[in-house]
Amino acid sequence: MAHAYTPGLKVAARTVVRKERRLPLKGKVVANIGDMISANDIIATTSLPGEVVPLNLAGKLGIPPADVREYLLKKEGDEFEKDEILAQTKGMFGLFKTVIKTPIKGSLENVSEITGQLILRAPPKKVEIDAYIDGKVVDIIKDEGVVVETVATFVQGIFGIGGEAKGIIQKLVNKPADIITKDMIKSEHSGKILIGGSFIDSDSLKQAAKYGIKGIVVGGIDDEDLRNFLGYDIGVAITGSENIGVTLMITEGFGKMKMAQRTFDLLVSQEGKKASINGATQIRAGVLRPEIVIPRPGELAEAGKVESRGLEIGCPIRVIRDPDFGAIGKVKELPPELQQIETEASVRVLAVELEDGKQVLLPRANVEMIEE
Amino acid sequence: MPNKEINTILATDCGSTTTKAILIDKKNGEYRLTVRGEAPTTVEAPFEDVTRGVLNAIREVEELAGREILDGEKIIKPRMNEKRGVDIYISTSSAGGGLQMMVAGVVKTMTAESAARAALGAGAIVMETIASNDGRLTHEKIELIRRLRPDMILLSGGIDGGTVKHVVQLAEIIGAADPRPRFGTGYSLPVIYAGNKDAAEAVKENLINKTDLSIVDNLRPILERENLEPARHEIHDLFMEHVMAHAPGYKKLMNWTDTPIMPTPGAVGLLIKAIAEKQNIQVIGVDIGGATTDIFSVFKGIFNRTVSANLGMSYSVSNVLAEAGAENISRWIPFDVDRKNLRNRIKNKMIRPTTIPQTLKELQLEQAIAREALRLAFLQHKSMAVGLKGVQQERTISDAFSQEATGETLVDMMNLDLLVGSGGALSHAPRRNQAALMLIDGFLPEGVTRLAVDSIFMMPQLGVLSTIHEKAATEVFDKDCLIRLGTCIAPVGKGREKNLCLKVSIDNKTVEVNYNDMVLIPLGLGEKKEAVITPWKNFDIGAGKGKQLTVTLEGGIVGIIIDARGRPLELPKEDLKRIELLRKWNKALKIYPEPI
Repeated sequence: MAHAYTPGLKVAARTVVRKERRLPLKGKVVANIGDMISANDIIATTSLPGEVVPLNLAGKLGIPPADVREYLLKKEGDEFEKDEILAQTKGMFGLFKTVIKTPIKGSLENVSEITGQLILRAPPKKVEIDAYIDGKVVDIIKDEGVVVETVATFVQGIFGIGGEAKGIIQKLVNKPADIITKDMIKSEHSGKILIGGSFIDSDSLKQAAKYGIKGIVVGGIDDEDLRNFLGYDIGVAITGSENIGVTLMITEGFGKMKMAQRTFDLLVSQEGKKASINGATQIRAGVLRPEIVIPRPGELAEAGKVESRGLEIGCPIRVIRDPDFGAIGKVKELPPELQQIETEASVRVLAVELEDGKQVLLPRANVEMIEE
Repeated sequence: MPNKEINTILATDCGSTTTKAILIDKKNGEYRLTVRGEAPTTVEAPFEDVTRGVLNAIREVEELAGREILDGEKIIKPRMNEKRGVDIYISTSSAGGGLQMMVAGVVKTMTAESAARAALGAGAIVMETIASNDGRLTHEKIELIRRLRPDMILLSGGIDGGTVKHVVQLAEIIGAADPRPRFGTGYSLPVIYAGNKDAAEAVKENLINKTDLSIVDNLRPILERENLEPARHEIHDLFMEHVMAHAPGYKKLMNWTDTPIMPTPGAVGLLIKAIAEKQNIQVIGVDIGGATTDIFSVFKGIFNRTVSANLGMSYSVSNVLAEAGAENISRWIPFDVDRKNLRNRIKNKMIRPTTIPQTLKELQLEQAIAREALRLAFLQHKSMAVGLKGVQQERTISDAFSQEATGETLVDMMNLDLLVGSGGALSHAPRRNQAALMLIDGFLPEGVTRLAVDSIFMMPQLGVLSTIHEKAATEVFDKDCLIRLGTCIAPVGKGREKNLCLKVSIDNKTVEVNYNDMVLIPLGLGEKKEAVITPWKNFDIGAGKGKQLTVTLEGGIVGIIIDARGRPLELPKEDLKRIELLRKWNKALKIYPEPI
């Protein structure tokens, strides 16, 4: 294969991030174009009609259906709390009354004198959607939501779990090769998005979920730890709906993987800033990758990059397959002819000088370019 | 299109992982493959446009053939001269990858469960099950549908004559979610309704304008009876025809090709069918891809095709691990590998699906996974390749949760004449011997079976070509595509190690093979030899236990493989013994470069 290409994971210091935020049902958009909004601000809301609860009053009181109104203490349209008295019989001499209490909080919607049945309705359920990121409303999707835009530091990971979360960036390790251990995660990290180095295990993840850590960004994880933490095996990479208490974003891959220096430096430089993270990943055509967005209001986006021209001599690359998985290097040579590798397969290769000075010959399919 | 004008044909196949381009030229009155190029399929950011991969693969063809084919991003047509342009451009696609579905039913433990079983039986991954009684609120269900972006939804619910209201409510929820397929390229999300027949009209009203709705028989017509086949076949057909081929940029590609883009398994199926018809033989074909593994069979003249939507070597590799289990994969690896390491390696292939094995150990690991993907896909094929479709299964409430195949499979390994492999793992195996052994281990042929592979993975392109230019397709297929590997001789039965299993006599020379041994006898391409095979009394080679068989063996690139490991094949549980045996077999069949 002549063409190697990167999966296109974005690591940008200042780029324009645009997010579409939609209600699941039509409702009311409460933000306006031009509004500056915060990640937790509600931008649209709707209410779902409450659940209907039928109540056979005539049957319960042992009265003819036509008489139900006589015994009712509430009128149609009245609202009530749970366990209020809804109806009662007169009893004998004021004693031995049969009392029917409201089984739910809600309102009385309908009284039928034909069946003796009441229809009670629970209060409407409010459904809201927030902005997810701090930014400016740049478009309104009528009755459904908005598009929020901001200039932000934007980093995509290779794999993640857990849904949207917001928190303050905090560095947990000093170097991208460091690993996160359970004892590093403390209760004071609650509400934070922690930046780790090369590795996290399942015990540390459990600790993070226990202390209310919002998110963790780290280079690698063992698949076995991931399975221990989730309680099941991930077959096809479709994630994001796990209910696990913490969102995890892996930047490099499975195993102990030093986070790319540039990613680490960029995230650490944003320590103390508010960020939004989403672990949702779908690795299939129409791919979704996990992300972290750290808004930088008032700053200008860097000029858009010219589309990459493919591998060239001098290009910085990362090796994405064993035996040198994760190593960074520079392209030294791009021999056009096919060459035989250890497996005896004849493939297009490239010569690379790794950071430690080692010279290696690699299949072109096994490197990705690093955008500078 | 008049055939006489066609001198140069360009054909591509967009797989989920790799896009392959071939160039066919007419020389001296004969169509032959000239060159082949490939490039990663570009369905991911930053491109998200399948035509990019196509252009890259064509550019490689241009370089290798020294011919100008592209004018910018336009294919030069018709052919101007030997150095410029092509006459036709055709393509197949399976770039959309695997099948991920949502299922919906009224009662979580009843109809929704049946729906999930139908989806699983069709090879889909069930992303989520929605039920009227699953405790989720309406908006939560809608959000779920939107967030997961399923490829297809199977809606069931209600026994015939049962609840209509709940089923219609589910249809309303699906309608309200306004489900969009993964790629918004102008096609609607397929929804299959297989519920209460009385609700069909109301479901139609709700969904007909918002989705690509098809209605099949209720998968649970009465509580005790499950009728999964109609839903299962509809899922399978819709996937192959509508979901699999689609990918970002598909519409653009449609405008480039001279004939409609054909789904890859459709095209490969045409070729397998043609082989069986032409030679009047029983054939199994397999195409192992990155996201799916497709199996085709012709037995007793009946053609069957299955697409295992989530068994493959790149995007679906982790699902092979999940379905087969680490143990089953490790049993094929001829060295000691710790579980943690194995799992990480497989997951890393999943997240970076376009990488290739660089070391011998990595290659052996991938070939171990391929064996399991083949085995599992073949199991699914056997369960779906039954004579009668729509055989209903009576279920009592108590056994409603066990899944059993319905009907009897048509697949008969003892009567199989030819096993053909295609797809990256088989066509690009560095040694053809590796492809032969992967086919044998994955399918476990019985008796005497010929083996072949697609030389450079071009069966999809030739399949689509056969629909518009049969002569070109046949000539290239015979001369450049189908590589005859040789013949496998595999007696059925169990024996004891170091005890005789069978004797094979060729040209007055007799080879005696002990149980659990493998032997390679050289017999070159195009050579044929009469052989007398005498199995030991417990073994059957096709004529009955202990009965002699006289056959004509066909040679090939690999030769004659005698597989005396018995059937069913059982590998030792104990690691040291297992590794020792794998190495012995690998050495006997010259599978890897060094004895390891």
